[in-house]
Formats: sequence, C-alpha cells, structure tokens
Amino acid sequence: MRHFSPKRNTTLRKIFQYIRAHRVYLVLSILFAAITAVLTLYVPILFGDAIDGIIRKGQVDFPLIGSLLLEIGILCGVTALLQWLMNVINNRITYHVVRDIRRDAFNKIQKLPLSYLDSHSSGDIVSRVIADADTFADGLLMGFSQLFTGVVTIIATLIFMLTLHVGITLLVVVLTPLSLFMARFIARRTYHLFRKQSETRGRQTALIDEMIGNQKVVKAFGYEQEAVDRFDVINEELQDCSIKAVFYSSITNPSTRFINSVIYAAVALAGAFAVLTGGLTVGGLTCLLSYANQYTKPFNDISSVITELQNSLACASRLFELIEAPSQAPDGPMEMPTAKGEVTLEHVHFRYTPQRPLIDDLHLTVKPGMKVAIVGPTGCGKTTVINLLMRFYDVNEGAVLLDGVDIRQMTRHSLRRNYGMVLQETWLKNGTVRENLKMGRDDATDEEMIAAAKATHSHEFIRRLPQGYDTVLQEDSLSQGQKQLLCITRVMLCRPPVLILDEATSSIDTRTEVLIQEAFARLMEGRTSFIVAHRLSTIRNADCILVMKDGHILEQGTHEDLLARGGFYAELYNSQFAGKET
Amino acid sequence: MKKLAFYLREYRKESVLGPLFKLLEAFFDLLVPLVVAYIIDYGIGEKRTDRIGWMCALLVGLALVGLACSITAQFFAAKASVGCATRLRHALFAHIQRFAYEDLDRVGGSTLITRLTSDINQVQNGLNLALRLLLRSPFVVFGSMVMAFTIDVPSALIFAVAIPVLCVVVFGIMLLSIPLYRKVQAGLDRIVNTTRENLTGVRVIRAFCKEENEKEEFGRQNEALTAMQKFVGRLSALMNPVTYVIINAATIWLIWKGAVQVDSGALTQGSVVALYNYMAQILTELIKMASLIISITKAVACAQRVEKVLDTEPSMEAPSASSSAAPNNAAPMVSFHDVSMTYPGAGAPSLSHVSFSAWPGETIGITGGTGSGKSTLVNLIPRFYDATDGQVEILGQNVKDLPLSHLRDTIGVVPQKAVLFAGSIRENMQWGKKDAGDEDIYKALDIAQAREIVEKKEGGLDFEVEQGGRNLSGGQRQRLTIARALLRDPSILILDDSASALDFATDAALREALRTLRGSSTVFLVSQRTMSLRSADRILVLDDGELVGSGTHEELLKTCRVYQEIHYSQFPEERPEGWQDTLSPAPVSAVKGGHAV
Repeated sequence: MRHFSPKRNTTLRKIFQYIRAHRVYLVLSILFAAITAVLTLYVPILFGDAIDGIIRKGQVDFPLIGSLLLEIGILCGVTALLQWLMNVINNRITYHVVRDIRRDAFNKIQKLPLSYLDSHSSGDIVSRVIADADTFADGLLMGFSQLFTGVVTIIATLIFMLTLHVGITLLVVVLTPLSLFMARFIARRTYHLFRKQSETRGRQTALIDEMIGNQKVVKAFGYEQEAVDRFDVINEELQDCSIKAVFYSSITNPSTRFINSVIYAAVALAGAFAVLTGGLTVGGLTCLLSYANQYTKPFNDISSVITELQNSLACASRLFELIEAPSQAPDGPMEMPTAKGEVTLEHVHFRYTPQRPLIDDLHLTVKPGMKVAIVGPTGCGKTTVINLLMRFYDVNEGAVLLDGVDIRQMTRHSLRRNYGMVLQETWLKNGTVRENLKMGRDDATDEEMIAAAKATHSHEFIRRLPQGYDTVLQEDSLSQGQKQLLCITRVMLCRPPVLILDEATSSIDTRTEVLIQEAFARLMEGRTSFIVAHRLSTIRNADCILVMKDGHILEQGTHEDLLARGGFYAELYNSQFAGKET
Repeated sequence: MKKLAFYLREYRKESVLGPLFKLLEAFFDLLVPLVVAYIIDYGIGEKRTDRIGWMCALLVGLALVGLACSITAQFFAAKASVGCATRLRHALFAHIQRFAYEDLDRVGGSTLITRLTSDINQVQNGLNLALRLLLRSPFVVFGSMVMAFTIDVPSALIFAVAIPVLCVVVFGIMLLSIPLYRKVQAGLDRIVNTTRENLTGVRVIRAFCKEENEKEEFGRQNEALTAMQKFVGRLSALMNPVTYVIINAATIWLIWKGAVQVDSGALTQGSVVALYNYMAQILTELIKMASLIISITKAVACAQRVEKVLDTEPSMEAPSASSSAAPNNAAPMVSFHDVSMTYPGAGAPSLSHVSFSAWPGETIGITGGTGSGKSTLVNLIPRFYDATDGQVEILGQNVKDLPLSHLRDTIGVVPQKAVLFAGSIRENMQWGKKDAGDEDIYKALDIAQAREIVEKKEGGLDFEVEQGGRNLSGGQRQRLTIARALLRDPSILILDDSASALDFATDAALREALRTLRGSSTVFLVSQRTMSLRSADRILVLDDGELVGSGTHEELLKTCRVYQEIHYSQFPEERPEGWQDTLSPAPVSAVKGGHAV
C-alpha cells in the first residue's frame, strides 16, 4: 500500500477499524468469493470437455456428455447460491459500516463544543453526514463485491496458466504490475480532484441550506434571481471539478485495458515463437491467450474499484474529520443532586475569540431563591453569561459555581438538569406538541402537561390545532409567540431549581404575558432565577438587577436603588417611557 | 424520465458520441480474435516469423485505437452526465424559487435539500455509467444472437428463448426495486431532517439533556434506513446469480441439442464451439451489466424524486407583466375588502372578514394577542399567501393582477425572524437594493439605529456575517434586517414585530427615526407594545382573526375593550379604579389550583 499517502493510509486504517466488527462476515465473503471464482473458471473447462465428447456424426459420447452437463448444472446452482449469499453479506457489511460511521458522526455532534457548531456551517456538516457517507457506501460496496472476486480469479487463473507454460506465465506476471502502476498513477492524481469535488459540494450544500432554509425571506426580498445566480456560480464550479474528477478517474479503466491488450499481444508473440520452437501446442496457445485475457480482466475491475475507492476515501476522510474533531472538555465526575440554587461567578474572564475580550473579571454571588435580572444594551454580554452558566462555553479564567461546587467538576447533565431555560430563539422539535412539551420530563402525565399548558395559556390554541396535542409541528406552522408559549410550558413542566429566562416572553402579547408572569412568579418562588429582559417593567421586583455594558457590570442593586442612583439604569428605564410624552 | 431527457438534450452531441465511441471500441475488441486466428493459421502454420511480428504489432495498434476511442467516450460521458446534472440542479433550484409560501410549508425544506444534493448526485452517477456501458451490452447480446442465427437456426432458437427470459428477469428486478430505492431516499430525508434539527437546536437539546434521546432517535432512523437498504440489496443481489443460472441452463440445453444434432450429422463440432462462444460472450456482458443496472435503478428512483418536485407547479399564479389598468393614485395604498384567510389544513380561519383602507403616508399599527392573525394580515399584502375570500388591493389594483416582482419591489418587509445570510454586511444590505452604495446603506442604517453595530465591527460594511447571522446578537440582527428593508425605499413598509429584541431606548429611537421617514409611504407596524403604536395614525386591533377595533390610541383606549386590556397589562399604573381583566378567567384559576407550577 505504498502508493497511498500517509493521510489516506490512516483513513484506510480507520475504515478497517469499523470493518473489524464484521470480520466473521468478511471471512465468509472472501470464502464465497474464492469458491465462486474458482467454480466460474472451472465450469467452462467442463463445457470444453463436453464439447470434446461431440466429435462428428455417430461419434458422440452421450453418457459422458450427460454426466458432465449434470455436474455443470449442480455446480452452477451452487455458484449462483453462493454468489447471492456473498452479495447479501457484502451489502450487510457495507451498510452496517456506513450506519456505524454515520451514527458516530451524529453522536459526535452531541459532544462537539458549541464553539465548533457555532462556527461551522450546518449545511456542510449535514453534507458530511449524508452525502459523503452515501458516496462512501457506494465505493465500499463496489470494493467488496469486486475486489475479492478479482483477486481470487487472478490467483486461480495464474495456477491454470502455470500448468500450460511457465515462461509465458512469468512474462504475464512480470508485465501486469504495469497496469497496476498505471491505476495507482491515476488514482494518486484523482484523489485531490475528488477531494475538491467534495469540498465544492459542501459549499454548495451550505448555500442550498441557507437559501432553501430561508426561502421565505428570499421571496420577500425578490432575491430569487440573485439566489439562482449565486447558486449557478458554485454549480458551474462544481461542474468544472466534477467533470475533471469523473473524467480523469474514468481514464483508469481504458488505460489498464490498453496495457492488458499489450500484454495479450506479448503473449501472442512469445507463444507463437514457443509453438515454432516446439515448446507449446496451438491448442495450448489458444488456452493461454484466453487465460491471459481472463487474468487481466480482474485488474480492470480492480482498477475501477480503486477509482471508486478514491472518491469514497475522500468522503470518508471528511467524515472522520468531523468524528475526530476535538470534543468538549470531559465531564467532571460528580453527579450534582438537585441544587439549593446558589450560583457564584468567581472572577470570570471570557472571550469567544482570543483577540477580543468580552467578559473581564465578573464577580457575582446569587443566593438561593434570588431573582436576578440582567439588563443592558443589546450585545453587552447578557447571553454570554447564560452560555457560561449552562456550560455551553467554558470560562477562560475564574470559575462558575453551583452550590459552591465548580460546575466543571460535575457532569453536564446533572448541572443542566438543575436549570430550566427559555430562550428568545424558539426551537421546537419536528414532532408532536406532546413530544415537545414533555421534552424535559418524559414521565409527566397528560394531566400535568395540560395543567402546565393552561398555566401558560397555550392550552386554548393547542386545542384549536388540527390534531390538538398530537399535531405534528412543521417548520413554520406556529407564530413566534405561540412557539415561545410552548417553550415556556416545556420548562413549567420540569420545575428545575434554577431558571434562566432569556427574553422568554418577547414575542408574547402583554395581556397573556401578565398572566404568565403570575405563573412564573409561582414557579420561581424559592428558586433562583436569571432573567434577561428588555421590558424593564417586568423585572422591577427582582432582588438584584445587574446592569451590564460591554461585558462589565456597571451597576448592581434593586430597582429602587438603581433609580435613585440616577445612573445608566435610570437612563435606560426612563427611555422606555420616552415615547409617552411625544 | 421525460424531464431528464429534456436536460440531456442540451448534451445531445455528447450523449450520442459517448456511446458511439464505446461501440467503436467494442468493435475493435471483436477484431482481436480474427487477428489471433491469422497468427495461428498463417503465421505459425506457414512458419512466417515476420507475419507473427506484424500481427502482434497490429494487436498493439488496435489496442491504441481502442484506448483513444474509449478515452473519447469517457470524456463525452463525463461531460454529458455532469453537465446534465448541473443543468438539472440549476432547474430544480430555480424551480423552488418559484414556489409560494404555501408550497414551501407543504413540501418542507429538508427534503428539497436532499433532492438538490444526494438525489441529483445519484442521477449523475447513473447517467455516466449508462452513457458508457448501457449501449454496449445489449449490442453484444443481440449481436451474438444474430450471429447464432447465421450458424444454425434451430440452435439459435435457444438464444431467442433465453434472451427474453433474461430481459424479464432484469427488468422485473429493476421495476421491483425502483420504488424501494425511493423509500431508501425517503429514509435519507428523515436522517437529514434530524441532523439539521440537532444542529439548529443544539442549545435546547443540551439544556434538556436530550443528547441520548436524540442519539436513540437518529439510531432508529439510521437503523430503519440500513434495514431498507439491505432489503433492496438482497433483491438487487439476485440479478447476477439468476442471470448466471439462466445462461448456463441455456448453454447446457445448447450443448445437449448440439450433441444430438452432431450425432445426426446436422451440425459440425466447430459450429457447436462457435455457438458456445457466443453464449459465453453474452454471459460476460450480463455480468458487467448487472452492477450497472443497480446504479441505474437507483438513479431512476432519484430522478423520479427530482421530477416530482419539478412537476409541482407553484400554487400561486401571477401575471408576468403589468395588466393594462394603471394604478389609481387616488385609491388607498392598501385596502382589504372583507378578507378571510384559512391556512391549508387548519381547522379555523386565521383571519375573518377584515376590511380597512390605508392611505399613503399613513402609519397603521396592528396589535392583538398571540395568534390573533396579525402576521397573517400583513402577509397578505405582499401576497405571501392568498386570501381565501375577499380582495386585497394596492392602489386600487387587486394584488393577484400584479406581477409578483413588481408587487414585492414596492414593499419592504421586516419579518419576525431576523434572518441574515452568510456574506458581508454590505451584501446583506444589498438584498434590499441591488445597486445600493455605501452612502445609501449608511442612511438606512442610521434610521434603523444600526450604524453603531457596523462601525464597531472590524471592517465595517465588509464585516463577514456568518450563516444565519449567528455572530450577531438578536437585537443587532433585527436592526440590520430593518435597515435592509428600508433600503428599498418602499411605498409600503411592513414591520412585523421587528423590534421585539431591541431594548427600549433603541426601540424609541427607531420609532422616532421612522417618523421622519414618512412621506408617501405607508407603514404597517405590528407590535405587542401599545407604546410603540401610540404614535400611529390608526391602530387595528385583532382578536382571534377578527377586527375588533380601529382608531387612534386615545380613541381605542376609550372604546375598545381588547385594546384597553393590552394597554393596561403594560401600564398597570394607568389602570382605572375597579379595572377587571376579562381575559380567559378559566386558565387563571387553573394556575391557582394547578399543581404543575
């Protein structure tokens, strides 16, 4: 395997790791391949013997022919059966390997740090999990179904040839590496073309994902033509590199076939002279020639398999890139029980990108049951605080503590089970309303679910959906406000010790909001809560208001304190009512 | 497959030349046995070493010509298949651009994405193989049969029986597996959907510790897909063994019949050998074809899926050019005449019997509870959806009589969901107006209170926004989407709850700036906040799809119960003595008695 570059070599090794689980089937597959290959070579010989029994009028050995034909019939049946089983096994290995790789890729997504997911296009990741895995499967299947049969056919033919003429057989053996060399030569050059094709495809998928995913905005701005134009640019680019990849890789087959034809001519030449010098019979030459043909044919198959494998290796390496991307820092060993709800930020420093500091030396202690509001202008770092509390991101310096324990010492799950989160960005699963509501608590009864839905005033609109709680939610079937109501209900149902509400009611009408606030008030009783809100009226009764600006806490105190101080908060608060006077 | 043929037609030359060169190559292949026969008969037979040498050189020459033909064929096949796939992808993408909102709701984004990517890739592979090999195999198979007839008619009849049986088997397996491959692709759709969902909802999934459930769900779908693939695989795997058995059975029959005929003197041994060789040739070709047919079957299934989307006609029709009637400048900018709207599949109407008119220069506020029909109402103006009943008119013209591009050019929309696209801020802004210069952009950014966002970012307008605008906060995105809409200089500006993520100071400044904008343009302002609406010329109050109030803030505060409730919920201190909320008392008691909270 010297022709494989180290990178591809490791990709191959990784693939074999996956195949190892199916080694019993692999052995069976090779065994069946060997038997079928030998039998397919042997059957023509029996036919030849049978034909030899037909000499001329009156000289036909019917008993011999009869028994030979019966033998052929049985062998063909066996061959066909084994061939089918071999195909089934190959399918099994291939699809299971791809299933496993795909599963690992998906499971990896669950473990990747958010910083990875936030900075990679989702379309590209989807393209890896779907399209690359698919292409890989095709290549692998072709490899299995043709590689073994090819190899066995080569060996068996070689043995048959040796019995005929050693010298000419050696000539063939010495010359055949030429065709392998050719195949490798082309394969090495096409690997990069395939890789480029995959990359261009990834970019195209990203564009498709973005445009088709936001098709409504595209239409609203009459951007359809531009979208098509931009698509066309990448599409043309893809066409260029696809034609190159497809064409150059498909040269392999004709080239190796050409070399085989040259070998064939060489055998004819050497054989003819051997016949003239008496080393070979004419019949022997005919046999050798047909075997030479049979011997070189599998090389063609193998070379086309190698082409296909290039493509699939390129795809596999993209998949492995995803699977092997560094995971988030491992969980701490501690299983955090239900917390009292004391949250401490100890001299926290954090930045998304090294060169741009965001949070510097943030220090804050929140007693259990306290209601903390975070306010400040857009982009001041409010959401970042939440990212740190939930451990979506890790602090660069300092520590976040829950009940006095560094959250890095506990498992993420046990940490997050202590939090209930409602974000401004409403996200619901593509599933029924019931599945979505019970997301935080699978064991909730329907009565509890309906009671929670009533508390958030979503029961009414859910009832009016075509199938009520069993309605499957489509991408845009609900308004933002309705989605937000469902997200709130979802949290209402699990009653965690710490609540995080990031603009949780921003899309809900205020009449309903007032009622939800009551429900929240009851929910938050005795629980620690963090509230990010723009409507300052909703946080007036918070125990502590943090006023943030540019990653720093500017002011801290109760509503009354802060108003009295007449600082930034007072300015913000009064600006809310600025419109009132005009 | 008609559509596919249509896109292939552009590559007519390539798709004829490709197979043609392949046939030429096959033809040169067939000459080789003749040359070998010549070497044996006239070279070795007559001991002429020069003839042997020349003939071997000829073999190499034939191989060279074959190589040239083959490479030419591959080139044309690559060009035609990739080209056709490229055209098809373009056509599908462009076709989706014509879809109305309703079609998009129905079809769903993720399946469109698989069709544009994975399905078309399969079509490309299948086409490439078909162009290279599909013509060659039948050529050899039928050619062999024809040759058999020239040798011996009774024996050739075996060919005439075997070949139709082969056809039945090959096409039977194909026809059975095409729908199954379609199912496989549908399973792939589900996997795409789950993967996408997990990428967009990663925070929620992790917050609820749902990683394991998601893994399980994906595992199930993945397993189902694998099971389906294996099932189809078992069926397709029959192709090779079954054809092998048929051919060998035919050969056994041929040899036996040949033996009988030779015994009676009707046939020579040489003829039997020739007939046998032709049968063997058919077998070799069929083996080649079997793997080809699997790829082609997949490709057909995928092509059908692509075609299904291409055959979906956009549900909304619009004239391509302006109708003869000129806009009536004396008419209201926007007027609704008894408009009702029910979403397909919905139980109840989202908007019922709404009528109103909005004049140039007016600011119309729209408010109401969650799900009361506010967005539905404004979505009817740019004709994102069609009214089920009644008429929507712009300057006296029914929106259905206006070309969509013209209609939407005059309207600036800021949707609820603030979506930006990968690219620079400038490029994002130019969605609003293609040729907008920096000066125009900064003007719009000023009004939208977004100038400071841009100025703070590295590179200013050249700052690269990531996919979906995720390197910007919600409030920053909203302001930028407002600026984007303002750039169109629209006659009608629709702000659909577009300031929800803005803090009050920014919101107030935005409203102030928008006020200066008024001229002849009509502004629709959807909002929950009565504060944002109070400066509107008129406010429409919706409740459960019905228009329950219309008037200025002060008027509504006197007359409209729903509006009063909305307002007092935001300004409790303004509540008059003895005020009682009427909103659904039942849920309130449920909260009090409820144990869920």
